[in-house]
Amino acid sequence: MIADGAEDEDKWLAASAAAFKQNAFYMQRAIDSNNLKDALKYSAQMLGELRTSKLSPHKYYDLYMRAFDELRKLEIFFMEETRRGCSVIELYELVQHAGNILPRLYLLCTAGSVYIKTKEAPAKEILKDLVEMCRGIQHPLRGLFLRSYLAQISRDKLPDIGSEYEGDADTVTDAVEFVLLNFTEMNKLWVRMQHQGPARDKERREKERGELRDLVGKNLHVLSQLEGVDLDMYRDTVLPRVLEQIVNCRDEIAQYYLIDCIIQVFPDEYHLQTLDVLLGACPQLQPSVDIMTVLSRLMERLSNYAALNAEVLPYFLQVEAFSKLNNAIGKVIEAQEDMPILSAITLYSSLLKFTLHVHPDRLDYADQVLGSCVKQLSGKGKINDTRATKEIVSLLSAPLEKYNDVVIALKLHNYPLVVEYLDNETKRIMATVIIRSIMKNNTLITTAEKVEALLELIKGLINDLDEPQGLEVDEDDFEGEQNSVARLVHMLYNEDPEEMFKIISILKKHFLTGGPKRLKFTIPPLVISTLKLIRRLPVEGDNPFGKEVSVTATKIFQFLNQIIEALPNVPSPDLAFRLYLQCAEAANKCDEEPIAYEFFTQAYILYEEEISDSKAQVTALQLIIGTLQRMHVFGVENRDTLTHKATGYSAKLLKKPDQCRAVYACSHLFWLEDHETIQDGERVLLCLKRALKIANSTQQMVSTGGGSAGSVTLFIEILNKYLYFYQKGIPQITVESVESLIQLIKNEEESMASDPYAESLFASTLQFMEFQKQKGGAIGDRYEEIKV
Amino acid sequence: MNYLLGAFKPACNISITFTDGKNRKQVPIKKDNGQIVMNPLFQSQETIAGKINIEPYQGKKVEHNGVKVELLGQIEMYHDRGNFYDFTSLVREIDVPGEIYERKTYPFEFSSVEMPYETFNGVNVRLRYVLKVTVTRGYAGSIVEYQDFVVRNYVPPPPINNSIKMEVGIEDCLHIEFEYNKSKYHLKDVILGKIYFLLVRIKIKNMDLEIRRRESTGAGANTHVETETLAKFELMDGAPVRGESIPVRVFLTPYDLTPTHHNINNKFSVKYYLNLVLVDEEDRRYFKQQEITLYRLKEETLS
Repeated sequence: MIADGAEDEDKWLAASAAAFKQNAFYMQRAIDSNNLKDALKYSAQMLGELRTSKLSPHKYYDLYMRAFDELRKLEIFFMEETRRGCSVIELYELVQHAGNILPRLYLLCTAGSVYIKTKEAPAKEILKDLVEMCRGIQHPLRGLFLRSYLAQISRDKLPDIGSEYEGDADTVTDAVEFVLLNFTEMNKLWVRMQHQGPARDKERREKERGELRDLVGKNLHVLSQLEGVDLDMYRDTVLPRVLEQIVNCRDEIAQYYLIDCIIQVFPDEYHLQTLDVLLGACPQLQPSVDIMTVLSRLMERLSNYAALNAEVLPYFLQVEAFSKLNNAIGKVIEAQEDMPILSAITLYSSLLKFTLHVHPDRLDYADQVLGSCVKQLSGKGKINDTRATKEIVSLLSAPLEKYNDVVIALKLHNYPLVVEYLDNETKRIMATVIIRSIMKNNTLITTAEKVEALLELIKGLINDLDEPQGLEVDEDDFEGEQNSVARLVHMLYNEDPEEMFKIISILKKHFLTGGPKRLKFTIPPLVISTLKLIRRLPVEGDNPFGKEVSVTATKIFQFLNQIIEALPNVPSPDLAFRLYLQCAEAANKCDEEPIAYEFFTQAYILYEEEISDSKAQVTALQLIIGTLQRMHVFGVENRDTLTHKATGYSAKLLKKPDQCRAVYACSHLFWLEDHETIQDGERVLLCLKRALKIANSTQQMVSTGGGSAGSVTLFIEILNKYLYFYQKGIPQITVESVESLIQLIKNEEESMASDPYAESLFASTLQFMEFQKQKGGAIGDRYEEIKV
Repeated sequence: MNYLLGAFKPACNISITFTDGKNRKQVPIKKDNGQIVMNPLFQSQETIAGKINIEPYQGKKVEHNGVKVELLGQIEMYHDRGNFYDFTSLVREIDVPGEIYERKTYPFEFSSVEMPYETFNGVNVRLRYVLKVTVTRGYAGSIVEYQDFVVRNYVPPPPINNSIKMEVGIEDCLHIEFEYNKSKYHLKDVILGKIYFLLVRIKIKNMDLEIRRRESTGAGANTHVETETLAKFELMDGAPVRGESIPVRVFLTPYDLTPTHHNINNKFSVKYYLNLVLVDEEDRRYFKQQEITLYRLKEETLS
């Protein structure tokens, strides 16, 4: 059916075009022979093709353009006729003899154009006559095109200021009057289209109207181009009249398009000065008009205007642009009761962007917008509409983007209130946005109060919200979010330890309620941050300002202990273990022996009770050894206890190679370079020997069980330890023991051949020895003694 | 053969010329056979004078019982063909009986002739003025020659000329108010007015203004009425809505109109009407007819 329709239309257009061409040809011939009568006759016949009702606007336009071109020729001919002595008044009458109205009016407009050019009558009279006569066409499509023809030919003949047609009798007021009248009539026709024809064609009709809208809008464009339309004229005449028409036409499509048209074609300056008039019209529009888009565009334009012209900002203040917009939006929302929440939010979002651009210094405005938004949202419960949610996110992101500083957003009291209305999912997204902004801009949040506010904002990430059952958060997402929270912790920073401690306390308070799943992400950064604080603390008794320091290392360590204690409850003993060691090290730096010991104890307990996986044990033990090795705060007794325990753990590892490695690592615990109190060569040697023993037994297991090779690697590793301590000059490590070890390894050469790693390790060890020899000096001499 | 042919030819050639024939305005008149000829134009109270030439054909002489010229005003009804009613008849004897041997010219004059009616060519009736020259002969039959001329009478603008204004309609369907600026128009006038739509419940397609001529001939039971539409002028295209006001501007110049004639010599009348026609989408016509008076305004007073 539809295809047929289109085909038919093409046929009709072709037929019309053919008839049109033929008459145009005869018209041209009449013009060539200066035959006015025939020229009129054929042009009227030609224009008669425009009387068709069969064509869609698109096709009709095709025909119209042909007519337009032909009428230009006719106009030139008319002009020549008047030069040849034909009275233009007679010509003006002559064209009106045509019996059919549409051709008659096209001809009349053409003759009128010539009439104005000859200046034999005031332009305004002719224009007025033309625009009045055009009322004869009540058919929307034909009327719109006719009037658009009128607008076209009159464009350069309006008695505008500075135009050659301006005179005593013709003023720009007449020009404006003319365009306004034509505009009004065109709009009426355009609106009428909507109500003609069967209801089932509504969609097609609306599409067709869409195609025609520029014809109507063109008039506004013409108005905006008139020199004479200055601010006063615009405010007093143009805008009220145009708005009156827009409001009165009560048509959704027209209102939406034309309001937008006004906003786009007239200068921003005018909008600024007539804001209340323009905004006053908005609540009067049809409820279905997409007013939000319109207002958004207006605000967008004004924002850009303000952004590009800093010097106009005072005007914005002068006309109270913000409060007017705010009021208008309130009214629009009030007037359109069933306005979807999405629209309301979009409006506020635009307003917020506007105020951020125009009044960046007026945070109270921004807060006010958010306040209105809250008011709007209240009583609606959480928002389910995904688009609305998106819009809120955009609304909330705006201040962040503008100021690049969350601190400012934190000052907005209504900000968290708006966040409240988001669903949990979106709250999380929003929180991520906030955090990302902080990260991007390296914003430091420096006071406890702000931290409190910020945490309130990102609550979605920190706490389990009353999630509806069955809504599982994606594991990866969750991890990403929590990682970002972790990163955030480091942005909360204050030079002043006291304030910093407060911040940390707040964080603790929030984090600890965050549930087990989050703790393993949130606790480490908190601990690290706290440790950083400890390092910055003035050494006790060394307080240059003499003021009472309430934050003491002891207090903080207690605090730390509390935090970490939370972790084992969560299945993250690993993490707690590491953190204890970290703390111990920090305590070490602060010379807090009992505290350090306590942390170690905790770590050991965790090792014993919670870390059961053998691989984890190996790693944990390495950590213990590493940390313990660096501790210098312990007295002999404590240290002995701890080292003893550590070696004990080493020997109890499950796999022999692991045992071996742990044991030789333990050797380091007895020899600290810088601490003479901890230099016990005897026990170093003991450790190494024990390691050798274990390695030996490993080798035996390999030969009997045929298990994995690798024992030779252990030997080489032990050799390296020997060399290390030998180089350090520990008397218990003798040349002989080194030499015999090398010999031992060489004997294992055949098994080494099957193990490229061992082979290369041994080779580089030997190379290292050679290198040290060559270097000479005290160390070189020591190596010289080793005979390989 | 030649002789034989010659026997049926009139013996002489008669021609009539008007005194100021060269300068006088000529107007086109449609003859019976459809041909258009130009005839001189006179008005009432004018003196109609000129010359009559009678020229016998070579070598012939015309014997006659006298020559006369008549000025006739005739009304010819087509239903009643062949019957002329002469409402004006003036005669001038221009020669006494005798013989004409060679070309002879006679001057004639009808001074200040009363010609109250205008020449008119209607559907069923014709009013014409003619000069008739008769060379009276006995047995051979008289020789007659006619010369038509046209009479048009001019009148001053009427002192009272009200506008026509009326509200008409079909209940709950269509209500309009129309206004024409005058009720009496001269033939080169322009009808101005407007149509105001008070109520529109039908889908109107277009609106035309027709100029209709109603010619009635005869009297009593024999009255024949003939109505012609002389002009069909489209005023509006498309469907208006309530409150629209459509301008009317119709120039009368292009149409072949005559003044209104009232009961000319008790034989016929010609009346003019403006007929406003609205056509809806189902091609139903809604119309309202109003009589207007047409008159011929003295040309000098134009413009």
